[in-house]
Amino acid sequence: MADRKYTEDHEWVEVDGENGVIGISDYAQEQLGDVVFVELPSVGKVLDQRDEAAVVESVKAAAEVYTPVSGEVIEVNEELNNDPSLVNTDAFGEGWFAKLKLTDPTELEDLMDEGAYKTFLAGLS
Amino acid sequence: MSHSRDLSRASAGNTNGVVETVHGHQGLQLEEPLLFEIDNPGAVGVDLPEPGAFKMRLGGLERQREIGLPSVSEPEVVRHFTRLSQKNYAIDMGIYPLGSCTMKHNPRLNEKMARLPGFANAHPLQPESTVQGAFELIDGVAHWLKELTGMPAIAMSPGAGAHGELCGVMAIRAALDDREGGPTTRRRILVPDSAHGTNPATAAVCGFSVDAIPSDSRGRVDVKAFAEKLDDDVAGIMITNPNTCGLFEPDMIEIAELIHDAGGYFYCDGANFNAIVGRVRPGDLGIDCMHINLHKTFSTPHGGGGPGAGPVVLSDALAPFAPVPWVVHGADGFSLVEHADDAGDAKPFGRLKGFHGQMGMFVRAYAYMLSHGRDGLRQVANDAVLNANYVMSRLSDVMTPAFDGPCMHECLFDDRFLKDTGVSTLDFAKAMLDEGYHPMTMYFPLVVHGAMLIEPTETESKRSLDDFIAVMRALVEQAQQGNSDAFAAAPVLTPRRRLDETAAARQPILRWTPEVQAAEAAE
Repeated sequence: MADRKYTEDHEWVEVDGENGVIGISDYAQEQLGDVVFVELPSVGKVLDQRDEAAVVESVKAAAEVYTPVSGEVIEVNEELNNDPSLVNTDAFGEGWFAKLKLTDPTELEDLMDEGAYKTFLAGLS
Repeated sequence: MSHSRDLSRASAGNTNGVVETVHGHQGLQLEEPLLFEIDNPGAVGVDLPEPGAFKMRLGGLERQREIGLPSVSEPEVVRHFTRLSQKNYAIDMGIYPLGSCTMKHNPRLNEKMARLPGFANAHPLQPESTVQGAFELIDGVAHWLKELTGMPAIAMSPGAGAHGELCGVMAIRAALDDREGGPTTRRRILVPDSAHGTNPATAAVCGFSVDAIPSDSRGRVDVKAFAEKLDDDVAGIMITNPNTCGLFEPDMIEIAELIHDAGGYFYCDGANFNAIVGRVRPGDLGIDCMHINLHKTFSTPHGGGGPGAGPVVLSDALAPFAPVPWVVHGADGFSLVEHADDAGDAKPFGRLKGFHGQMGMFVRAYAYMLSHGRDGLRQVANDAVLNANYVMSRLSDVMTPAFDGPCMHECLFDDRFLKDTGVSTLDFAKAMLDEGYHPMTMYFPLVVHGAMLIEPTETESKRSLDDFIAVMRALVEQAQQGNSDAFAAAPVLTPRRRLDETAAARQPILRWTPEVQAAEAAE
C-alpha cells in the first residue's frame, strides 16, 4: 500500500480518510517470534504520538507498541484476543491492532514511506 | 574428542531415539504419569480407624462430594516423586551455565551446619532467651554482608532477589515520602535496557513508571543518555553491576553523583555480586541499596532447591526506613526489634516477611563465609572471572562474542556465528540437551540478538570447562556443516522432545481434569 507509513520502531499506520489503522511490521513480528498475547488499548482512549498503544508478548519477549500518530482509539482488533498468531501470519492485514481517529495528520510527514522503511531495514542487518 | 550428530536417528520420521516398550519406560528412565493419573481408590499411606458415631456441627455446610484427591500408598507416592526428581537436572549432576544465575556448587559443609539441631529445630516463636545463638548468627551474617559491600545498614528479611528489590525500592519510596512530607511526586525509575526483568517489574509494582536507559556500543549504560533523563520527576535508578552483558559498569561513581544531585536514589542489583565479592565494595561506588542473593554468591541452594534469601544493604540515607524486624545487641544479649513503636528514631516502612528471614539460608551462607574467609571470598571472584574468560577465549574463534573482552563472571555471545546456517539460538540450546548439558541463558539480555549468556562459576574445574567447550565447539561445527534439520529435531534423547512453547502460551492447560469431566465439558 502506498499510503502505509512506518516508524523506526517497526510500527505502521495506514490512513483512510480521517482514520488510521495501526499495527507492527512483518520484520517486527519475525523478530519477536510466535506472538502469544496482545494487550490492546481500550476504545475511546486518546493517545499522543509515541504513547504506548499496545503490548505484544511472544515466546521470546514482550514489547511495547507505540502509536505512530496521535488519535482516539475508535476500534480494536478483537480477533487478536482469540488468535494472536494473526500478527505473525498477516502483520499488515488481519494482524492490525487498532483504528484511530487522527487528531494531527501532519504527523504523518515524520514517518517513513515503504521505500524509506525498506532502506532502513537494509541498514539494520 | 570425536563427535557427530546421529542424523539417521534424528531425521527420519519415527525417530526420537525411543524404543517401544510395554509401559513406555526407556531402560531405567521411567515414564511417570501425573499423581492424579495413578489414583488407586482405596489405597492409603496410613490406616486410620473408621470414625465412630459423631455429631456433625457444620450446620449442613459439610462437603457433599468426594474431595477428589488421588489415593496412593506410601511406596507409590515415594516412587512418584523420586521418579520425577530423577528427571530433574541439578548442579549436583553437572555444569549449570545459566548466565546471571550463579549456579555454583552448594558445599556439603553448609548442609551439615544447617542440620545442627539447634538451628534446624529452632522455632521463630521461641522465647528470645532460647535462640541467642540463632540471633548471633543472623548478626554475624549481617556484619559480613555490610563489610563486603561497604554499607552501614542491612535488612535481613527479604526472601530472595526480587523481594530484595521490592525492599530497596520501598525504602527509596519511604525516604522520598519522608523528605517531601507526603506521597512523593517523583514518578519515574530509570532502568538500563539490559536489566533483569525483575527491575522494571519491581519499579512498576511500587507505583513508579519505568524509563529505559539505552546501552552504549560497549554494552554499558550510556551515561550521557542517562544524564539527559534526569529531572525532579526521577525517584531513582536501578543498575546491575556487573551488568547482564557480563561487563563491569565503569561509570558507577559518576552515575551516583548525577542521580544524587537530581534528588534520586541509586539501587544496585546485586545478582552478579559473585564477580566482585571481596574485590569491590559497592558502597564505595556511591549506591544507596543493593540486594545480595545468598543463593548465588553465597552458595545456598538455588533452582528448585531453594528457598532463596535476598538481604538488602542500605546507605545512611535509606537505613532509617529498613523494614522490621532486625536484631539488636544489648546488655542482656540479642533481641529483636519487631514493631515500629520499638524502633526509636527509625521509621521502618513496614514488614516484608512473617518472621525473620530465611534462617536456614543464613546458616548455610555463614558456613560459606567462615570457611572461605576474606581471602577465600576474593578468590571466589577471581576464579569466577577467570573461568568465564577461559570459556570466552576458547570459544571466541568459532562463536561470536557480543562485546569485546575481557568479561567479568559471564560471557555473552550473539548469534552471528549461526547466520545462514538455519540454526537458531533455541535449536542450538536444544541440541546441548542431547549432549547432556543444561543450556546457557538464551535470548537474554534483550539488547543482544539471539543472546547466549554463559556463567560457568568458579566451582567448575578446568576439566569440566574443557568438556563443555568441546561440546560447544562440536555443535558449532555441526551447525556450520548444514545439519539444520538435526538441530530443528533436537532434543531427541530427553524424556520429552521439543515442547510447543507457543501452544503452551496460547492455550495453556493449567489444571488436570479427569477424563470423564473433560468429556462432559466438551459436550
